[in-house]
Amino acid sequence: MAQRIGKVMAQVAMVMNLDKCIGCHTCSVTCKQAWTNRSGVEYVWFNNVETRPGQGYPRRHEDQERWQGGWKRTATGRLKPRAGGRLKKLATIFANPKMPSIQDYYEPWTYDYEHLVSAPLGDDIPGARPRSLISGEPMQIKWSANWDDDLAGGEELAANDPIVQKIGDKVRFDYEQAFMFYLPRICEHCLNPSCVAACPSGAMYKRAEDGIVLVDQDKCRGWRMCVTGCPYKKVYFNHKTGKAEKCTLCYPRVEVGMPTVCSETCVGRLRYLGVILYDVERVGRAAAVKDEKDLYEAQLDVFLDPDDPEVQAAAIRDGIPERWVASARRSPIHLLAKRFRVALPLHPEYRTMPMVWYIPPLSPVVDALSESGHDGEDAGNLFAAIDTLRIPVEYLAELFTAGDPGPVKDVLGKLAAMRSYMRRINLGEEPDESIATAAGMTGADIERMYRLLALAKYDDRYVIPTAYGVDEADRGVIDEIGCSLDFEGGPGMGGMGGEAPFGEASGRPQPASVETFHALRDRQTSDGRSGPARRFNLLNWDGNGRPPGLFPERDQKNSPGRDQKNSPGPDQKNSPDRQDGPEPEARRNTRDGGHLRGHGESK
Amino acid sequence: MSPTTLDYLLWGALPYVVLAVLIGGTVWRYRYDRFGWTTRSSQLYESRLLRIASPVFHFGLLVVIVGHVVGLLIPETWTDAVGITDGMYHVTALSLGAVAGVTTLGGIALLIWRRRTNGPVFSATTVNDKVMYLVLVAAILAGLATTLLSAVAGLTGGHETDYRETVSPWFRSVFYLQPDVAAMTAASGAFKLHALIGLTLFALFPFTRLVHAFSAPVWYLFRPYVVYRSRDEEPTPSTRPIRRGWS
Repeated sequence: MAQRIGKVMAQVAMVMNLDKCIGCHTCSVTCKQAWTNRSGVEYVWFNNVETRPGQGYPRRHEDQERWQGGWKRTATGRLKPRAGGRLKKLATIFANPKMPSIQDYYEPWTYDYEHLVSAPLGDDIPGARPRSLISGEPMQIKWSANWDDDLAGGEELAANDPIVQKIGDKVRFDYEQAFMFYLPRICEHCLNPSCVAACPSGAMYKRAEDGIVLVDQDKCRGWRMCVTGCPYKKVYFNHKTGKAEKCTLCYPRVEVGMPTVCSETCVGRLRYLGVILYDVERVGRAAAVKDEKDLYEAQLDVFLDPDDPEVQAAAIRDGIPERWVASARRSPIHLLAKRFRVALPLHPEYRTMPMVWYIPPLSPVVDALSESGHDGEDAGNLFAAIDTLRIPVEYLAELFTAGDPGPVKDVLGKLAAMRSYMRRINLGEEPDESIATAAGMTGADIERMYRLLALAKYDDRYVIPTAYGVDEADRGVIDEIGCSLDFEGGPGMGGMGGEAPFGEASGRPQPASVETFHALRDRQTSDGRSGPARRFNLLNWDGNGRPPGLFPERDQKNSPGRDQKNSPGPDQKNSPDRQDGPEPEARRNTRDGGHLRGHGESK
Repeated sequence: MSPTTLDYLLWGALPYVVLAVLIGGTVWRYRYDRFGWTTRSSQLYESRLLRIASPVFHFGLLVVIVGHVVGLLIPETWTDAVGITDGMYHVTALSLGAVAGVTTLGGIALLIWRRRTNGPVFSATTVNDKVMYLVLVAAILAGLATTLLSAVAGLTGGHETDYRETVSPWFRSVFYLQPDVAAMTAASGAFKLHALIGLTLFALFPFTRLVHAFSAPVWYLFRPYVVYRSRDEEPTPSTRPIRRGWS
C-alpha cells in the first residue's frame, strides 16, 4: 500500500442485497416493536422499506434543495453542512427553518377499538374509526410510511420521486414497462455524519470503537438541528420527550455479537454485518473530493485491507483488539464492498460517507431474456441485456453512485456473471473462467461470492466481534439493565404509576436495552433450557398460586398467614408464595426478569 | 419612607431564598433530570406560526435581558464618568426597552395563541407550562408597565423614581450580601411588582422548561463538527442509577 496509514478505526457496517428483498417489511415491523413502539415516536421507523421509484419516507426526503441535508463543498474545497455552518445554526435555533413537519412523515393513528364494544345496540355493525395519535381527534388517513408501497398510486405518486424528476423520461410507468424494487433503509452510521455535525449540544456522537452513531439522551436538548442535518432523514424527534432518537444499529445486540433486529429477522437473508477498518485521517479529504462521481472510489480508498500486515499492525497500534482485526478479515462487508466491489453506497453525493451499502438489483432479467427466445443465463446475453434492463441503470446510478452509470454496470455484470458461471457448475459442466474474467473477477472469487450471496449462511452473513473496552476476556459484561417495559408509566412492574414532575418523560430514563442479551444468546444457542429458568409457562398454569413474575410482589406483612415453612428458598422474604409456582428458582430482582419476554425469544 | 418588616422580608430575605432555590433547584434538576432537560419543542406539530413567533419572542427577550444587565449592573456613576447624561441614557434605555418589550410580548402572545388553538400543541401543554406562561407573561407585562410609566413621566416632565437610584443599587447589594432594603423600598409600586414577579419567575425557573436557556449551545461555535466518544461503560449493579423515589 503506497499511502501512509493514519489512525485506524473500526466500523460495524451493513450491506443489503437488494436482489433478494421482497418488500415484506418484516425488518420494519420487528424494529418498530423493539425500539419505537412508544408514545412520542409513533411515526418513527428507524428501519423502513421504500418502493422505488417512489417518494420515500419522509416524503421526498432526497430533495436536498428543499431539506438541505448533508454536506456542501465550498468553493475553497472545504466541507460545510448544507443547511449552514455553526453561526447560521445558532442564529436559527429558535425555529429550525428546514425541519420536516409531522405531515411530511405521516400523522400516526390508531383505531377507535373501544367503539366496537361500547357502541349501542343497533342494526349496523359498529366500526373502528381511525383516530390521530397526535391530536386524538378522528382523522382521515391520507399518507403513511409506505403509502406508495408496490407503486400504489402509480405515476401520480411515483412521478414525484426526486430521482424520477431528475432523470426524466427514462423511467416508464406504463403497466407493461413499469418496474420497481425495494429499498430498505436504516441509519447509515456515516463516517462523516452531518447529523453529528449539526448537533449544537454535542449530544450526538460517533462511537470510537464501532462507529455507531448515537444520541446521548441526557445531553440532547431538543434543538432539532440533527433532523435537518441528516440527508437520509433518519434522525427523528420524539415529540413526547423532546429529544432526538435514531437507529442505534441495535448496539446492545451488536455489543454481544448478535446481529441487529432488522438483520436477524430478515426473511430474505439479504443483510450482512461486519467490521470495516478505515483510516479516519483520510475521511475528511475523501468526503471533499471535487467531483461527486469520485466519492464512491474515494470512500473505498478510506477502507483499509485487513489482510495487509501493515494495516493489522497499525490497527493494533491504535488500540483495536486482535479479535476485531481477525473479525475484519472475515468481514462480509469488506468482501462485498471492497474486494468484489458489488456493494455501493447510498447517495454518496451527500458526502457523509454512509456505511450501509447496497448490492443493486439485477431485475428479472433472466426471465425477460428467456421469454424473448434467448438463453437467459448465457453470459453474453446477460451482459448485453444490462443496458436495457427494466430498472434503468441511470436510476440506480442516481441512488448509488451520484449518477455515474459505470460502477453500477460493473456490479450488474458481476451478478450476471455469477449466474452464468454457477449455472455451468450446477449443470456439471466445466467452469468457464472466461465468464469470470469478462466481469473482472476470478472463478474462485465468484464461487466465494456465490456462497455469500446465494447460500448466505448465518455465520457468513453476520461476523460481529463483541464489544471491547470493557471486558477483554470477550465475555462482555453487559449488565442486566432492566426491563424495556419499565419506563415511566409503562407496563413494566417497576414503572407503574406516578406522574413525572416536569412533563412527560422527565426524570431518569432506563438505559436502552432490549433484553438480557447474554441470557438471550444462551437461550438461542443451547438445545435445552439454559440459565436459571425465568419464564413461567402460562399454558401449564391451572390458575392456582402466584407464579413468579406474574403478579407484583406482595408485602410480607400483608400476608402473615401464608404458609412459609414450605418455602425455604433464599427469596422467601420477597415472595412468600414462591412455592406455589412451579419454578422456585432464585429470581432476586423482580425488575430484571420474569415478566419480560424478549423480542428475540419468539424464534 | 422607612422600610417596614414586610419590606425587610421581601427585599432582604426573599432574594436569598429565590437565589437558593434557583441555584439549588438547577443543580438538583441537572443531577436528577438530565433527560427532562429539553426545549420540548412543538415544531413537529406546527411550524408555520412558530417560525415567526418563536424568533420574535426569543430575540426580543435577548435584547430585554441585555437591557436588564446594563440597567441593573452598571452603576450610574460609571455612565456619568464616560459622559453619558441622564437624559441620553433614559431616552435610549426606554425606547430600546419599549421596542424589545413589545416585540417580546407580541412574540409570546402569538406563541400562546398558537399553543391554545393548535390541538396537538395544546394537548402537549402541561400544567407546569401553563403556570410558567402565566408568570412569564405577568413579568413581561409588569416590566413593560414600568418602562411605559417611566417614559410617560419623562415626557410629561413628572417625577418617576429613577430605577438606577433604587432598584439597581438594591439588586447589586443583594450580591454583596448587604441588601439595601431602603433603596428598594423607595422604588415605585410598578417596579416592586415587576421585581416580585421576576423573583417568582426565577424561583420557578429550574422546575420548568425554561431550563433550556441554561443550555444555550454556545460551545458549538468552538468544537469540531464530528464528535467521537468512547463506548460508555455499562453501570455495574452497585452503581446502577437508582430510580427516583417519588413514583
